Amino acid sequence: MTGVPADTAPSRRRLHWLDGLWPWLCAASVALSLLMLGALLTLLLVRGLGHFWPATLEEVTLRSGETFAGQAVREVALPQQPGDERLYFTGNRDIESVRWRWVAIDDIAMQAQPMDLIRLERSPWDDFIGRLVAIEQHDQRWEGDAAWQQLTSLLALPVSQRPDSQLLLITASGQAVQQPLANVVSAQAPNAMTWRQKTLAWSQSVWRFLSEGPRAANTGGGVWPAIFGTVLMVILMSVIVTPFGVLAAIYLNEIAHQGRLTRFVRIGVRNLAGVPSIVYGVFGLGVFVYGIGGSLDEWFFSETLPSPTFGTGGLLWASLTLALLTLPVVIVATEEGLARIPEAQREGAVALGATRLEMLTRIVLPMAAPAMLTGMILAIARAAGEVAPLMLVGVAKLAPQMPVDGEFPYLHLERKFMHLGYHLFDTAFHGDDVQAAIPLVYATALLLVLIVLVLNLTAIFLRHYLRRQRGSEC
Amino acid sequence: MLAPLHSVNTSQPPVTHFPPEHCCLSIDHLSLAYAGKEALRDLTLSIPRHRVTAFIGPSGCGKSTLLRAINRLHDLNEAVSHSGQIVLEGQDIHGPQVNVTELRRRVGMVFQTPNPFPMSIYENVAFGLRLQQRLPKRKRDDIIEWALTSAALWDEVKDRLHRSAWQLSGGQQQRLVIARTLAVKPDVLLLDEPASALDPISTLKIEELIRNLKSELTLVLVTHNMQQAARVSDYTAFLHQGELIEYGPTDQLFTNPRLQRTENYITGRVT
Repeated sequence: MTGVPADTAPSRRRLHWLDGLWPWLCAASVALSLLMLGALLTLLLVRGLGHFWPATLEEVTLRSGETFAGQAVREVALPQQPGDERLYFTGNRDIESVRWRWVAIDDIAMQAQPMDLIRLERSPWDDFIGRLVAIEQHDQRWEGDAAWQQLTSLLALPVSQRPDSQLLLITASGQAVQQPLANVVSAQAPNAMTWRQKTLAWSQSVWRFLSEGPRAANTGGGVWPAIFGTVLMVILMSVIVTPFGVLAAIYLNEIAHQGRLTRFVRIGVRNLAGVPSIVYGVFGLGVFVYGIGGSLDEWFFSETLPSPTFGTGGLLWASLTLALLTLPVVIVATEEGLARIPEAQREGAVALGATRLEMLTRIVLPMAAPAMLTGMILAIARAAGEVAPLMLVGVAKLAPQMPVDGEFPYLHLERKFMHLGYHLFDTAFHGDDVQAAIPLVYATALLLVLIVLVLNLTAIFLRHYLRRQRGSEC
Repeated sequence: MLAPLHSVNTSQPPVTHFPPEHCCLSIDHLSLAYAGKEALRDLTLSIPRHRVTAFIGPSGCGKSTLLRAINRLHDLNEAVSHSGQIVLEGQDIHGPQVNVTELRRRVGMVFQTPNPFPMSIYENVAFGLRLQQRLPKRKRDDIIEWALTSAALWDEVKDRLHRSAWQLSGGQQQRLVIARTLAVKPDVLLLDEPASALDPISTLKIEELIRNLKSELTLVLVTHNMQQAARVSDYTAFLHQGELIEYGPTDQLFTNPRLQRTENYITGRVT
């Protein structure tokens, strides 16, 4: 006790201001992350799925006596004036040349939701909002309710079997239009629909969004080619990157002399994972597309030159570029898995008379399989969302042909393809009607998230299955 | 009581010699270095057939290193260099005509921590067999039953042969590893502190197993536990800092060591 001043001991135990607070700080970080994630998913779900719900149509009469029909979208305050302004989607671009209309709420004299307002989805042109007067088919004619019933029964037929008919329509402002049945994709009378009918119509719209191709310069229609392109590209990428990455990891971890050079290579590989993806796109364009693709064209497809076959962006080059992009991820994950396998397991196999190859194939690789799958999951998660490099090496705004079809050799690696990420970008910024595209952007974003989720879950379940089967923990 | 196989050489260095008909392994002037650092220095000893020989000594004395040299596990590590000879049944194990995987089949090894493979009990025992040759299923089943019975494990696992080996207890896992080694019919079984990770009951079972197995093969045991060496071994070698200090019949070495260093170690006065 001698020589120690009595008052120094308690001062060293003084509470730091973070004591007692730090668990809350950590908890708050988690809560904030979850909140943001939840907000993101909720926004996508509500905006994306809400778009397909049959919206109520209103018939609005202004104080000036003008009448129009449309779907109320949103309200904002008028600049420098009292009162609000409301945005209506009115459709009928072929008749009125605009599809949107801002109306000051104070100008509205009367608004109603008449049951007989209908909305037609058309191609070409887009939605028509108005009333159905009659249907004419050769010399037959249906009017009123009978016309509506005839229209729904005609639309239930497959497109090829629909007879030649003319729809006589009238807009809310009283302008009569004729429309051939062939232009009509679907028809709704949302104000007259029950909840069940609306739900049915909603699920049909969602299905059409998933299963059909885009229309009207990507501002309408579905995204099926983009879904297909994304998934096919990711699968091809996985098939290319996994064996490469696994072999490289085996070399680095099992064969290479663990010296300075190996350490240097390992650091290099890890850093490659941080290279911006557009740089890989540039590399893919230079080496794969112009270099290898150009040479392939010269050797095998010279009769079609100067129009390129492989010497332009395509599915194969995009998959290879993304495989290169995700290679470090696979190598690092696999290497970590290999390093986690206890030395005792390897020695046990060798001590039983296994050669190194037998030890690798029968003990080490099966034990490292979950780690390889983890690498693949990370690769898929990264690749499915990449857009920037794809713009250089093969994605298309609108691919005229799918990369897989009934024509030999069935899988066309040289074709351009559509991708959800690029479709999203294109819809949001390159359409002629951004207002109409916004809900589609949300829906596409939701779909992209879902696809990445499904691809990841598949790999995670596969990994879980492998682990359970082996009773292993690495 | 076993008849003595040896003659004691009274001159230095203290080495017990066996006539060739009883000698299984002979180690001749073996030195071994890890990356230039000497781990074994000029070791000469021979190991009798169908007996248990124990290596004792403080940590880092080289007893595990010596054991691993006998089935050439050091081949996996490029940094290891050696000189001298290890002769198994009259054949130099580093000789050019020796197939190293065949050598490792003949010289089985059991490690300190049980290392069953992440597969079923059956597949664990079948692992070494499948490396050797394709056997008809019935023949393989017979060998597996024989190996598990020899390792005193059959009765405990016969109803769950196709369950994961990782569900067994530590002692059962270690006996499974012994069964896995026995299945390929080795001539020598090397045991590297086989019971150090086990509870006392499992340890007793392993020790009993070791005593029973010597009618089948030659056993070499590395242990930290001097009581264990005294209980199960017939001959004991005391190693210290990579050198063989004393080697002789176990009862003699423990009751009447010839050197002061040996006595200090076995009585707990570690130098």
